[in-house]
Amino acid sequence: MVQVRRSTVIDAPIDAVWGLLRDFNGHDRWHPAVAESRIEDGRRADEIGCVRRFRLAAGGELREQLLRLSDREHSLTYCILESPIPLIDYVATLSLKPVTDGTRTFCEWRSSFRTPPGEEAALAALVGAQIYEAGFDAIKASFGQAPGTRARNPAAAAPRAALPADRAIDCNGIVVERFGGPEVMHWERLSAPPPGVGEVRLKHSAIGLNYIDVYTRNGYYPLIEPPGVLGMEAAGLVLDIGPGVHGILPGDRVAYACLPPGAYAEYRTMKAELLVVLPEDIGDELAAAAMLKGMSAEFLLHRVHRVREGDAILVHAAAGGVGLLLCQWGRALGATVIGTVGSVEKARLARAHGCAYPILYGEEDFVERVMEITRGQGCAVVYDSVGRDTFLRSYEALAVRGHLVSFGQASGPPEPVDIAGFVLKSALVSRPNFGHYTGTASEVRSITDRLFDAIRRGILQVEIGQRYKLREAAEAHRALEARRTTGSTILLP
Amino acid sequence: MVKVYTSSVIDAPADRVWAAIRDFNALPNWHPVIKDSRIEGGLHADRVGCIRNFNLKDGGNIREQLLTLSDFDYSYTYSLLESPLGVSNYTATLKLTPITDGNRSFAEWTAEFDCEPAKARELAELVGNGVFQGGFDALKRQFGGR
Repeated sequence: MVQVRRSTVIDAPIDAVWGLLRDFNGHDRWHPAVAESRIEDGRRADEIGCVRRFRLAAGGELREQLLRLSDREHSLTYCILESPIPLIDYVATLSLKPVTDGTRTFCEWRSSFRTPPGEEAALAALVGAQIYEAGFDAIKASFGQAPGTRARNPAAAAPRAALPADRAIDCNGIVVERFGGPEVMHWERLSAPPPGVGEVRLKHSAIGLNYIDVYTRNGYYPLIEPPGVLGMEAAGLVLDIGPGVHGILPGDRVAYACLPPGAYAEYRTMKAELLVVLPEDIGDELAAAAMLKGMSAEFLLHRVHRVREGDAILVHAAAGGVGLLLCQWGRALGATVIGTVGSVEKARLARAHGCAYPILYGEEDFVERVMEITRGQGCAVVYDSVGRDTFLRSYEALAVRGHLVSFGQASGPPEPVDIAGFVLKSALVSRPNFGHYTGTASEVRSITDRLFDAIRRGILQVEIGQRYKLREAAEAHRALEARRTTGSTILLP
Repeated sequence: MVKVYTSSVIDAPADRVWAAIRDFNALPNWHPVIKDSRIEGGLHADRVGCIRNFNLKDGGNIREQLLTLSDFDYSYTYSLLESPLGVSNYTATLKLTPITDGNRSFAEWTAEFDCEPAKARELAELVGNGVFQGGFDALKRQFGGR
């Protein structure tokens, strides 16, 4: 079905324009394509069901039937019965609305119809230009006005006001000169250009530190080509927006956790699509601390594996950023949460966040402890972000038909495994990728809705364990890699 | 039932005007008489049912609930829950329609409400000319239009 719609504004009061258009037998008086009009069978022109017969200026005849006429809505609807051009099931409505701001009239002509295959575009263009736009010009001419400015170049029509400032903003950020340790991170001059189509420009207020930043820095994940800016997560203020950005306005507080990296900067111009406008009760620091880790916890517990009441779950690095969230949320879902931690202090922290059984991995064998706690059953799911040091033993801690979720490798990549051996437990192994669960605006929305709701209801207490100045980000990386941090770490510009 | 109808022409494509007005929480960004606005309960501003709670620059507080939101029709409808106006059963719709001739936007703002008969004329003037036309004037300043 082809749909055609054209509209214009006529510089005359609506009653005057309607007086001209309302007469179903009078279109020959104004439309250039119609040479002569008459109503068949001697019926009145405002009788619903009457048929008008046009002799066209170009030759040929056209028969159209009046289907609806409304003086209240200033509109009439008609269909084509016979036509020299193949417009099938053609129904059109011509309607007017008053422009109260100035005494003018908004005029709209729309139709839907079918055509022989392949002629859709040509006939739609013909109807739009030669019937509707030509008709508008004729109506305007009868009120003494110049014809319309159709086919105006969209670029030329772009408004001049509201365009973002056309100057780049100079700022500083952390640039990785080449892949390597924290020593490759340098505080350097950057520039945030004016936002282009679909982009916004932000002033960051808080930036989240994540283990993926380490993998980005050392090249384990090929997310940047040095020199490049690190960082996947931040909150801030929208300064200006480019064309085509919906739902976000200058002055909005927003946050994001998404590719590409680039958050370790004072200002940033980026795609708007995956930004979330923050609810009033979610502060900037909280958002920067919670977005990436909280979104990860959401999809790990609800989408990668759906944790159910009564499940025993094992969380490695239970006192870390994602770990503490998995503990709290897992317990709220009714799971028995077992966690591994590196120190008595971290055990205390994990316990305070819902981990019923913190295990000091340096002192106790976590597989033995899991089997004791679960009475030999093992865990329904193991969340393993440690990697090489734990992966194979995590498998040992699984229950039959358990699910081993590997979502990081803080100790290095896991060794290759003999997947055939998993038959002993019918084990399921997942290696979820953040981007695959959070790659569209609707996914981000759905995940952050549940995340913010959990924060609001007190299910998740987001622990900001450390705050560093952005320019001291290398120090923050050292602390994270040395497992000296607890909870989330944020960087402040 | 009092009915108010105000319409105008904004000299910018409907996509651009809609981007500025679709956010139910963004009135202070474009409407000159609004001082601040928030969405109650931390809901998203495009969640149908959410309530915006805003203060006027002259001091009044107003709560309005989003009833419909359509990106397809460029329109939203809301009801007035609390205000100092002295109206009841107030619902309003703000809608844009593209004007293909010149790539502009036809903007319509309609309201229906009940009030004391003696105050109907004054309130219709306040809503139609003050609030609605005032908003359109601001959009025309921002985007152009006459």
